[in-house]
Amino acid sequence: MFAGLAGLVAFLAVLPLARLLIEAFAPQGYPTISILEDVFRNPTTWRATVHSLEISFGGTILATAIGVSVALAVSFCDIRHRNAIIFCFVLPLMIAPQVTALAWLQVAGPSSPLLRAIGLAPPIGTPNPLYSREGIILLLGIEYAPLVFLTLRAGLRALPREMIEAALAAGAGRWLVLRTIVLPLMTPPLAAGISLTFVSCIGNFGIPAFLGIPGGYIVLPTLIYQRLSGLGPAALAEVSALSVLIATIAIGGILVQDYMLRRRDFRISGTSQSIGPSSLGRWRLPLETMLWFYLLATLAVPFASLVAVSLVPIFGVPLTWETASIESYVYILVEHGVSHRAFRNSLLLAGSAAIAIVMISAPLGYYLAWRESRALKLLNLSAELPYALPGIVFAIALILVFLRPIPVLGIGIYNTVWIIFIAYLGRFLVLSLRPVVSAYHQLDRAMEEAASALGAGVLRRMRTIMFPLVAQSAAAGALLVFLMSFSELTLSALLWSSGAETLGTVMFSFQQSGGVNHASAIAVVTILVTLVLMLSTLLLGRRVPKGVLPWRD
Amino acid sequence: MAGLKIDRITRQFADFKALKEVSLDVADGEFLAVLGPSGCGKTTLLRLIAGFDKVTDGAIWLGNRLVSDSRRHVPAESRGIGVVFQSYALWPHMSVEENVAYGLEVAGIDRDHRDRRVAEALELVGLSTYGNRPPSSLSGGQRQRVALARCLVTEPGLILLDEPLANLDVHLRASMEEEFRRFHERTGTTMVYITHDQAEAMALADRIAVLDHGMLAQVATASTLYREPATEMVAGFVGQGMVLPIDILDTCRAGSCPVRIFGFEARMRCQPGTGARAGAKACLRAEELAFSNDGISGISGTVRRLIYQGGYFRADFHPDLSPETSLEITVPEPATVDAGARMRVVVRGGWIIPADAAN
Ligand SMILES: Nc1ncnc2c1ncn2[C@@H]1O[C@H](COP(=O)(O)OP(=O)(O)O)[C@@H](O)[C@H]1O
Ligand SMILES: [Mg+2]
Repeated sequence: MFAGLAGLVAFLAVLPLARLLIEAFAPQGYPTISILEDVFRNPTTWRATVHSLEISFGGTILATAIGVSVALAVSFCDIRHRNAIIFCFVLPLMIAPQVTALAWLQVAGPSSPLLRAIGLAPPIGTPNPLYSREGIILLLGIEYAPLVFLTLRAGLRALPREMIEAALAAGAGRWLVLRTIVLPLMTPPLAAGISLTFVSCIGNFGIPAFLGIPGGYIVLPTLIYQRLSGLGPAALAEVSALSVLIATIAIGGILVQDYMLRRRDFRISGTSQSIGPSSLGRWRLPLETMLWFYLLATLAVPFASLVAVSLVPIFGVPLTWETASIESYVYILVEHGVSHRAFRNSLLLAGSAAIAIVMISAPLGYYLAWRESRALKLLNLSAELPYALPGIVFAIALILVFLRPIPVLGIGIYNTVWIIFIAYLGRFLVLSLRPVVSAYHQLDRAMEEAASALGAGVLRRMRTIMFPLVAQSAAAGALLVFLMSFSELTLSALLWSSGAETLGTVMFSFQQSGGVNHASAIAVVTILVTLVLMLSTLLLGRRVPKGVLPWRD
Repeated sequence: MAGLKIDRITRQFADFKALKEVSLDVADGEFLAVLGPSGCGKTTLLRLIAGFDKVTDGAIWLGNRLVSDSRRHVPAESRGIGVVFQSYALWPHMSVEENVAYGLEVAGIDRDHRDRRVAEALELVGLSTYGNRPPSSLSGGQRQRVALARCLVTEPGLILLDEPLANLDVHLRASMEEEFRRFHERTGTTMVYITHDQAEAMALADRIAVLDHGMLAQVATASTLYREPATEMVAGFVGQGMVLPIDILDTCRAGSCPVRIFGFEARMRCQPGTGARAGAKACLRAEELAFSNDGISGISGTVRRLIYQGGYFRADFHPDLSPETSLEITVPEPATVDAGARMRVVVRGGWIIPADAAN
């Protein structure tokens, strides 16, 4: 069984990425750098690279500033409704970037119901101010602030209270303690969170696609998309080279992150309590107000604008009680065949990917966590790669592998829904594998040994002992997989075909062809589905292990 | 047939040998304790016997069946050995009954039969009314009982127990000890019981195997271990004997030798064939030392402290010839000496630690 699982991971992760490297460095079967040369000589490449770096650094700085502030406020101050604040703050991470982008476009444009209501809307005909570098940076910052928040919060929780109390007892004031004790100890998790954010910004497709393409501000992922959708498979060699370029930048970030996470001090003992919030006195209300204002501005206002636009019957008509209609919803859910099909496809794809991934990760996690060998470490690493690297890179790699029918079997997967399914399996496997592996690590191995002493073979032990014990982590992982794939765009934008549309691609094409109300209606529906699923996990009580579902503190 | 034979097994982790050429014979029906300080390799030994881990070298036989050597490894599920874990290892997603029934289910025993045997096993450990409870609702002692029931319900020929009482409080330990003893008497199952607590080992076992840094130091009955320790480690570990330097003055006659200890001459018990030799070591117990009545003969020295032990004192005595050595002497209450007193001490017994076991 193990050989089968290892083969599957190799097939999903290693094969496509290896194929990508071959395409970039040896497209005709022998090593050549002519393609790379052409690509790197082209000024477009460099402009996109510079743009990518601009928005990634900008987005990372903004996300860090927001994420650190909120993490410190939530961890150290006695603010009320902490869980609700964390839930809302992490929400943008769970919502697809293109949905965020679409919502914000409705906030800031000339036809913004909100800005018009307060008389601040730009004049009709002027471009949306978000169609700019700054707009992209703003949205990347909001989207990924939770990443910095989550790593820092986890680090702060592992920090024993005594470390701070010892400094306070030595006479240091709060700010001095923060500067001299907390921040130095938090450098590794913080740096890891920051580099993760950078890698995510570099790979983000949805936000620069919605905000950058209209204004001609092209970054590497959107450049790849444009080349491939313009030229088709003829552009494969060129986009492979571009993918290798973007992957190289991302790997730099991944290495920093990996190094920093390794440096995390595991001697910090688990027995002592973590830091409790301290009283803010009269500063509490202002701080709470600021937090809620941020959440209002970044969640409620964009969502409300999105809903408003989705209720407008014809683009440009002002929204009143009389003009509001649910026509867009009827259109996308019932009348429009492609949208209807996209809903079905996305549901089926996300559902089956989630189920398949649980079925893979439960046994695979067992080997990764409990059997030690160098080969397994490599296997774990290769399962991480498709998720760590930008999605666009993985999509290109899959196209390369499946462009031609599979040899011997003669089955064609390219241009079918199956290539998207395989892409989801490969890319989102770690979302379930990670919690499952950590669940195995937390299990007493004697649980398994007790069963084996009683005569149970390995398959029976897995079925009756280990799977039930990791089931909750696996289910939480499956939920993440579902949420991520349900409204995903990056992979399907490159892999979709007629009949194999997803919600993401349909939304994208509505947006590009001016059907903003329809795009908004789809966005509203995906947000509602996401919210319902996230809230439903709150009802599960405390049964899901800590740290698996990011929105649960 | 459930005797156990271990032949020079070694277990190496990277470049660290956790077990070095350990050999043991456990007779069918015997209760053997494996005793040693934390980290000496007890759990490693148990895991090798159970088949959770592979030997680096050597062989293990269960009855007549070779189950482990450097090439062959019969997996745990095919060995038919019962194991009770220190952490209990009860499955939290199953009720007490389901935990106990698991082994029978695996063996394919039909439902009626299974239910009856589960009920019997729970009865045996006094938990008949707890069958439907989840293990998490039980106390430590009850969990240990469930673990025991789970292991004995399949009637294994050999049961391994890894510090089963280490997580229980003192009075619970005594009653569980009693339970293990009764169970062993009634069933005659071969048992290998691992512990770091010598009192527990002495109370339960027919024989005790003392492990020291991965090597077998001695296998003997409790009283032999106490009276005739084979190594300094055994002498110090079992009953906290004092290990003191002596010179053997003459060869062994009738089981004892004349020796010199801190300038004082005495007779000590020894192995047959012990010869005269300087720089030997002896094991002494507090009750084998006493203050001399005449105050003239004996080792001269100073009483540094008296420590009350409940009913008697332990005097901390430092001989003049070796002031950094501390001899412990039992002094009945009321104490006849004070701290700081100059006294002489006579040696009334002792055991000469055999020469070849020193390394
Ligand atoms: N899987 C392992 N890898 C490396 N070292 C181990 C492993 N298991 C045990 N050891 C080492 O072997 C020694 C004996 O361990 P153990 O048998 O658990 O001791 P005990 O049960 O007597 O306390 C210890 O030093 C321990 O660190
Ligand atoms: Mg142990």
